[in-house]
This record gives sequence, C-alpha cells and structure tokens, in this order.
Amino acid sequence: MKLFEYEAKKILAGYGIPTPRGELAANSKQAREIASKLKFPLAVKAQVLVAGRGKAGGIVFANSVEEAEEVAGKLLGMQIKGMPVKSVWIEEKLNVKREIYFGITIDRFKRSYVAVASAFGGMEIEEVAQRKPESVIKILLSPQQGLRPYKARQIARRIGYAGDQLVALGRIFERLHSVCVDYDAELIEMNPLVETLDGKFVAADARIIIDDNALFRHPEFKKRLFEEESELSPQELEALKSDLAYVKLDGNIGVIGNGAGLVMATLDTIRYFGGKPANFLDVGGGAPSDKIAAALRIVLSDPNVEVLFINILGGITRCDEVARGILEAKKAVGLAKPMVIRLVGTNEEEGKRILTEAGIHVLESMEEAAKRVVEIQRQKR
Amino acid sequence: MGIIVNRKTRAIVQGITGTQGSFHTKLMLDYGTKIVAGVTPGKGGTQIHGVPVYDTVEEAQEKHSADASIIFVPAPFAADAALEALDNKIKTVVIITEHIPIKDAITIMDCAKQAKATIIGPNTPGIITPKECKLGIMPAQIFKPGTVGIVSRSGTLTYEIAASLTRKNLGQSTCLGLGGDPITGLNFIDALKMFEKDRQTEAVVLIGEIGGNLEELAAEYIAKKNYSKPVVAFVAGRSAPPGKRMGHAGAIVTGKAGTAESKIEAFKSAGVKVAEKPGDVAELLGKLLRV
Repeated sequence: MKLFEYEAKKILAGYGIPTPRGELAANSKQAREIASKLKFPLAVKAQVLVAGRGKAGGIVFANSVEEAEEVAGKLLGMQIKGMPVKSVWIEEKLNVKREIYFGITIDRFKRSYVAVASAFGGMEIEEVAQRKPESVIKILLSPQQGLRPYKARQIARRIGYAGDQLVALGRIFERLHSVCVDYDAELIEMNPLVETLDGKFVAADARIIIDDNALFRHPEFKKRLFEEESELSPQELEALKSDLAYVKLDGNIGVIGNGAGLVMATLDTIRYFGGKPANFLDVGGGAPSDKIAAALRIVLSDPNVEVLFINILGGITRCDEVARGILEAKKAVGLAKPMVIRLVGTNEEEGKRILTEAGIHVLESMEEAAKRVVEIQRQKR
Repeated sequence: MGIIVNRKTRAIVQGITGTQGSFHTKLMLDYGTKIVAGVTPGKGGTQIHGVPVYDTVEEAQEKHSADASIIFVPAPFAADAALEALDNKIKTVVIITEHIPIKDAITIMDCAKQAKATIIGPNTPGIITPKECKLGIMPAQIFKPGTVGIVSRSGTLTYEIAASLTRKNLGQSTCLGLGGDPITGLNFIDALKMFEKDRQTEAVVLIGEIGGNLEELAAEYIAKKNYSKPVVAFVAGRSAPPGKRMGHAGAIVTGKAGTAESKIEAFKSAGVKVAEKPGDVAELLGKLLRV
C-alpha cells in the first residue's frame, strides 16, 4: 500500500526527522488559510499516488497567499495520470544546496533489508544507478542489528559529510530505519533529502510503501485503503476485499483461474494463440463458491470482456465447489457471455457432471481451452 | 533419494487442528509420509487422524524427535511457529502459509541461517519426493517417481507441468516449491546445487515467473558453473504490466526489472531451453533426455 506524501511526512516528523513546515488542504479556502501562516515562497504539491508527479505539473510554487489559493484551486481540479487530485500539501520551499538520496528496501536474493544512499538525489534512484553507479551505496541490514548508529555514520561519511553534519545525517538515517521497521515498509525513501544553504538536512519528499501483508498490524492505513482512498480501481479494491487478486489488462477475454502462476501462464497462452486477455484474476487456493461468484462479478464488470475463460486446476480447490460457484454466479449475475471452462483436479468428475448437466462444455487441456476461447472471441466479431 | 525429503523423513504438523492442517495431514498420511506428531497450542492431549497433538514443539520433539515440520498456521502467527520449530532443532521447515509479512520472513530466514536449517516457502505448495514423502498440499496423483527435478515459484502451474511430464512418462526425483513471496528460504541456485548432487536427478525443470532476479541469477550460475545436467525453463508473466502484483506478493515488475523477457533472455543466453507454453516443457525435456 502506497502512502501519500503528507502521510509519510507526518510519520517522519513524528520520529524527529526534519520536514518542511506545511499542512494539508482539501480546497482553495483552506489553502489560503494555510498559506497565510507559512513563510514564502511555498511549494503546493498535489497528493496523488503516482510516480513522476513533478514532471506532470503536480508541484507548483507560490509567492503570495493569493497565488497559493489560485494554484491549489487549479491542482485540486486536475487529474494526474488518471488520478484525481483530492488534496494538496502546502509547505515552505527550501533553500537547496544539495539533494541527496536515502532509502531502505528489500534485497530479495540476500533475504534482507538494504539501505541505499547516494550523494545525488532528486531523481529516481534507478536513474542515479545508471548515470552514476559509483555514487550508489548499498548496505545490507541484518534483522538483529538493524541500522546501528556507527553504520549510519559510515553512510553519511561515504556520501561526503563530516563532523556535526555527519552526526546529524546519521541520526536521520537511523530514524528512517525505525520508521521502516515500525511501519512494515517494503520501501521507504527520502528523495530528495535536502542539504539547505545553512547546512541543515530536511526531507523534502518522502515515500513509503507498506507491505500489504502487514496491514493487519496497521489498521489505520487498512481502513484508509478499504474505506476512504486508494490508488486501486473499484474492481481491484473489491477483489482485495474478497481476498482475490485482480489486475485489469486491455484485452477482451476475461480470465479466472486458481494460482498466480497458472493464471499468468493462462494469459500468456491466450496471447500465444493471438488473443488478448482482459484481466488477471486469481481466486487462490480452496476457492469456495461465493469467491467464484465474486470473481465473476468483478471480471464481468469490465465492459470490454466478450468471452470468459475459467481455468481451474484443483490442488486444494475442489472442482465440484467451483462448478456450483459458476452456476450460482451465472444465475446471480445474469451471465449471457460465452465461456470456456477448463476443469481438472480434485472431484473433477462431479464438477464436470454439474456443469455438463447445465449445458456448459468443459475441456481438459489448458492449451485446447485457450485456443478455443480465442476462436470464439474471433467468431463474435 | 531425491532432495531434502525422503522415506526416512519424520515430520510434525504445526497448526494440525485447523481445517487445512487437518485435511492435509490426512492426505499426507495416506501418501505414506511419516507424520509423527502435531502441534496446536491449547489442543495438547488430543489426536488428529491418530496423530498425537501437543501444545508445544518442544514437547513433540521430546517424545518424537522429528526432523521436519510443515506449518499451516495463519499468517499473523506463522513466524512464531517457524521460530519455534527452528528453536527446537528442526532442520527442514515447510511454510505453507500465505500472506506472511516481509519483516517476519526476513527474521525467519536469518534465524534459519544461524540454525543451519532449510526453510521451504513461505507461500509454497511444499515438497514431494514421489512415493517416498509428501510434505505439502499438492495433489499426489499427478506425480510419479523418476529422474526429473522440478523447482518452481508457483503451485498450480507446477501441477500443470508435473502432470504433463507424468503423462509423457517423465517421472520426478523431487518437486520443490520455492514459494510465491518476495523472501523465500530457498532460491533456484540452492535447488540447482542440490539437484546436481542428487544421483537420481538427470534433468531439472525450472519454473519461474516475473519479479525479482532469481531466474537471472540462476541462468548466470548455470552458465558460469557449466551446470552438468540439462535444464528446461518456463517463465510465467509475459503479459504482466509493470507495477502490478500478479497474485503472488513476489510477482511484480518494478520499472524495467523483473520482466519475463529479461528472464527468458538470460536463460537462453545461458543455453537453457525455454518453453513457450507450459505444455511444451515435457517435449523439450523428452528431446534432451532422448526418451
């Protein structure tokens, strides 16, 4: 789950990491009130959960209360990369001497957290790694040691600081690590972390992605994601709530299957035969009939879906339950679109019998079924 | 023979009294796996399918000294269960549970390293050495003993491919699910090393998917070490858009990293045959083994 900049900054500030003075506004009147309390020039920043917000015109500077009000009004009416701007963060613009990067993420191969730092911040760290690979410092953090103060100071030295500045920077790194651990971040970064003209360090932008699987430990964010605001589409959100995994794609063949790898391979096989999948939907293991029904509702809510391919290979998923789920859902949703079903595994015979009696044809081979669904979609045209 | 588990493996089931734990204990027993005890805190003294249940792994170990554990404990408590197994000298821990937080997984892996133990998973279908030992939730009837080692990041896709191998009379030495999470106990290179040492294994099938770079590292390893056994790979997720998690927590393309194309390219340049469709794996393998 991605956090908004304002959420991330409030968390950082709570851990004693300096951030620019600022507040959140949901309308231009609020923006005016906030601006009148701050020191100019100000930065007015659209709160959206997409990358590349600056380049898309989502950050504008203002030199007066009137300007801040006007700019906020404009941003609040905007969409950035398809996401509506519902609030703006207004903060004091910093006097930048240097922009640096500091973040913590996961090294999958080393099975560990890794701290990443560079004296060159302000652009995406992947870009820094390409342009100035020698400037990127990576330090593995053991779960028992975490980021020790001495290690944090080493990092500060290696990106070019000494004395009081080194100590101050090390402390900021340590605190960010505490946030990372306490909030179950899978990615946390200050980019840029600004060195101001008077030699102080301030987190000018902050990004936190919380591990979705750890949301049970962070109910306040789970609530925001489920009930208030998220970067997910309504379908993706409904899927999440039903414990399904859904990703919308741009084709016309709706796909439902069990198991992430199998569904990905199903999409690939459809493409191999010249078809275009409309979505990824994994009902997961042991999918009972109400889950199948929810899956059908979500997939069919996409108007581009012309035909449906259900690919079930029962390990712990029982074919008879799937079959009943399909029939129940078909009734409930009023499914009129053609579908191809591939069903093998536990209780396969019973599942097939249920569907065949209802007049639905069932195939055994995934390849044949994929080929068949592509043919049906073509015939419809 | 085969890797990690065999007919001598003595296992406990943690979370044995839950729906999944109890259901799969029965199936594993039916397959012939030696399940010597179960653990569910608070349910000590009872029995599940004739298997004695204890409150703690410590007590189960005092009475049965198992060498493996399979965990069906819900995600919020799974890390504690894994650490309990490691603390009580269990050397192979299979974690079936999905949705374990990354932070917990990192702690488990760190402790396992110190205990010199092997973690399989999390979010894995488990491991099976056909006709010897099944520590997992896979449908047993699709496997048969043979010479092909399978290592995979996914569950049902593995069943799909294993079943097609079995239909072509290509039996398996061991089928190992690494797990669909970003942090797993074993990776492809670990499995390749074990399959190379295993005399029963003559070829390896590697089933990868988008996300991370474990496939690329495996390809590099195969090329560099001049891997001695033929390898066939399949990579799922050519149709996956960047930035979207495709079901598995670990299956995500970030920017340009972790794409199926990058992995397929890496395998091809390492001389590994890559199947276009899951059904093609058996054919490619048949050609390599000349059967």
